[in-house]
Formats: sequence, C-alpha cells, structure tokens
Amino acid sequence: MPDMDTITPLRPATGAQLLAGLRGLLMPHRLIMLALALTGLAAMVTQMDWSWLPAYLPRLWGGLLTTLWMLAGSVILGFALALPLGVVQVIGPRPLRWLASGFCTVVRGTPLLLQLWLLYYGLGSLFAAYPVIRETWAWPYLREAWPYGLLALTISFAAYEGEVMRGAFAGVPNGELEAARAFGMSPRKVFFRVWLPRAVHRALPVLTGEIILQLKSTPLIATIAVADLYAIVTRVRQATLLTYEPLLLLAGIYLCLSAILTIALRWLEGRMPSGG
Amino acid sequence: MFQSIDFGLLALNSPGWGGALLAGFWRSIQLAAGGYALGIVIGILGAVAKLYGGRVSRDLAEIYTMTIRAVPELVLMLIFYYAGTDLLNRLMGLFGAGGIDVNGLAAGILVIGLVQGGYTTEVIRAAILAVPRGQIEAAHSFGMSPMRVMRRITLPAMLPHAIPGMANLWMIATKDTALLAVIGFSELTLVTKQAAAATREYFLFFIAAGLLYLILTLGSNVVLRLFERHARRGMVAPR
Repeated sequence: MPDMDTITPLRPATGAQLLAGLRGLLMPHRLIMLALALTGLAAMVTQMDWSWLPAYLPRLWGGLLTTLWMLAGSVILGFALALPLGVVQVIGPRPLRWLASGFCTVVRGTPLLLQLWLLYYGLGSLFAAYPVIRETWAWPYLREAWPYGLLALTISFAAYEGEVMRGAFAGVPNGELEAARAFGMSPRKVFFRVWLPRAVHRALPVLTGEIILQLKSTPLIATIAVADLYAIVTRVRQATLLTYEPLLLLAGIYLCLSAILTIALRWLEGRMPSGG
Repeated sequence: MFQSIDFGLLALNSPGWGGALLAGFWRSIQLAAGGYALGIVIGILGAVAKLYGGRVSRDLAEIYTMTIRAVPELVLMLIFYYAGTDLLNRLMGLFGAGGIDVNGLAAGILVIGLVQGGYTTEVIRAAILAVPRGQIEAAHSFGMSPMRVMRRITLPAMLPHAIPGMANLWMIATKDTALLAVIGFSELTLVTKQAAAATREYFLFFIAAGLLYLILTLGSNVVLRLFERHARRGMVAPR
C-alpha cells in the first residue's frame, strides 16, 4: 500500500512569509469574507443556545485532558513499538519479517473501530470469564474502558508508523552505516548513533502528519465509554437535545487542537538540525 | 474457550449470522464506492477551484480542505448527517412539503463523499501540478475549449500521478464506512457488533468481519496495482 502523503506538513514560516501572509489577509475579498465569518460567529454566539456551557465546562476540560492523554500515551507507546516493527522488516530473519509485515497489513487493512470493539468486548468478556484474573492486581484496570482504548490506539499507531519506519530505516544510505562500522562501532552503537537518528530524521515530516491523524482517531474511544471530549459532548447533546451547538463547539475545539499541534510540531521540526 | 466456538453461527441462514454479515459487507462496499465516487467529483471541482479559480473560490476551497483535514472524521460525519438531514427537512418545510425520511444509503454516501472530497482535492491538485505545463499550453494553443483540455489532456495526464494517493484514499474510504456504525447505519461493523452481542461470541464475529475487510482491502490493492500499471504505460522510469 502506498504511504499516506496527503498531509505533508508545510515548512516553518519565516518572518517575511508571515508578513506576506498578513498582507494577503488584507486583500479586499478576504476582508469581506473575514467580516462575513465574524458576523456568522457573532450570530452563533448570540442567537444559539449556549446556556448549558458553564455547567458543563469542568467536564469538558476533563474530557479534553483525557483526549490529550490518550493521544500522548498512544503516540509514545506506539512509536516505541513501531521501531522494532520497522527494524525487523528491514534486517530481521524471514519469519519475523513476515510476522511484522503481516501485523502491519492486518491492522492497516481493518477499521480501527472494529479493532477497538474486538479488544474491548472480546478481551473484556474473556477476562471476566476467568475468576483467576479477577483476583489479580490488574483487574481494577481491566474493568475500566480506557486501557482497551489506549491499547487499540497504540496498536493502530504502531502499525502505521512501523510501515513508515520500515521505509525510513531502509532509506538510510548504506555508506553511512558502513562508515560507522569502519570506525569500529559495535552494532549497538551503529544503531543508536547513526541508523536510528538518521531514520527518525527522515521520517519526521511523515510522523508529524501522522500525529495529527492520530488526534483525529481519538474520538473513537468514546464508543467504548471512555469519557473523552467527544463523549462529553455526546452527553451534552443527549441532556440538552441540541443538535448544532455542541457539535459546532466540538468541531471548533478540534480545529484549534489541530492548529496548535501543527504549529508546535512544525516548530519542533524546524529545530531539528538538517545536515543533508 | 476456543474449543467451544460454534462456527455454525456463521451459516448463511438463520440462526446463523453469515447472511446478515454479508449483507452488511455489501452495504459497506456500496457506501465506500459511492462516497469515493462523490469524493472524486468534489475533488476535481475543488482542485480546479484551487488551481484555476478566482480569488474567492480559491479561498473557499482552501477553507474546505483545511477544515476537513483538521476535524475528526467521526465529528464531521455527525455534523454532516444531523445538520444535513435537519437542513433538508427545514428546506422542505419552507416549500410546504412535509418532512421526508432521508434515504440511509444516500445520506451515508453524502457524508463519506464530503469527507473524502477534502482529501481528494489535495491529491488531484498535486497530480495536476505534476503534469508538464507545456502539454496543457499546447492543448490550449490548439484551440481546445477549457473543458476539452480538462477532459482530453489534464485529467488523463495527471492520472498516473494521482493513483498512489487515490489508492490510499480508497483504503481510507473502506475503513471510514465503519464510522457510520456510530451514527447507526447497519453496515458491516454494526451488524457484527449486533451479532456478537446477541451470541456473545465476540472473537468469532469480529475476526470474521476483520477478514472480510482484509479481503476487500487486499483485493482492491491487487486491482489498483494493475490499474496503475495500465495508467503508467508509456511513462519513462516508474518511481
């Protein structure tokens, strides 16, 4: 399957570009559009029913934190899993290679929602059926929904990133690795000092795009009753019977989150030394 | 537990759920194919608006793709579904017609198509940009009308550049149909959940559904490879 390349993040903007962007904003038709958007926003704030908002604000905040925790946890754990998945597909022995690429294909070929429900309902009912598990320390956690959500998100991220890292590891020029070996570095050292940093560096633009995609997958965990942002908004909709207001707020929050995340990741990417 | 799995539950006729699963699978394929096709129509319009449009249409297309790519698919689908049916009903009410029940399949296709359109716009825009300018200019200087240039030159010439991205989008479309289960469309994932909940054989049904999805994605992968080879014929040095 071809790699996702529709979300290539843009280069970091320089001061001059920002100024040009500002000047671009002042073109007459954009001023009119901006005015229209602002009147639309004002109409939304004044005409629509937002009386529920103050009461739900603390819960919305909690939901936002849950969403961010799930995103951060699954990205970190998933990336840690993606590294071995990538390496094994490049230099591993054949059975391991098949296993890793099979894992990536299966996870990438089926919907995340299906995986999530398989883990939550399937594993959940399996665990509950064995009294032995009920007595272990893990049971209080296994009874909750979030570990399954985190697991499903992690597996999904690991599979997509394993594929990305496979390409990145394979793409590091062989001469660099040979040079490192010629310096007398041990295989371990070659990996940690040359191969891994170069591969991560190559994969970085794709990885930052994938993190945004991962943010957009997180609301799925609301379907297994994890109280993330989306779940809270669903509760608001059920309690207030409003159609538009909670959904518009939700879309607005995700727009802001994506924008903040994009800018932060772009900044991070810009700080990475890019020596060839 | 694995000894006790009753594969008879997958039988095509009741009490087996196989028939229901296959019906859901067929519905998923219809939703994916319809949404994908609608996405291509929106994508071509969006790409043309972005590349050749006036200032306003260019900015509007930019806002559309930016929003689609920044907001989760699930949220977009809910907004399009609820807002779409609600607006349609109000519109019908304005014209004096009573509320109508929106056809489920059409609503699902519309929702998936609107989401896909945002991504398709970007893929097609990039592919059109990859076509050498001279080819399009030559067509214009032959006196072809803009529509004919589009149909005869730009679209066929951009096809090989668009195929990797479009193949990827097809995979995303098939998997996005599962999200419609949350809204309550009885496609494969929702049918599977119902079957699993009714029989309490979660692994059996979810793995069976996973296999169906895999057959679809891997099968279409093979077809897309063949199609790519066809579209790339005569091109020098495939990437």
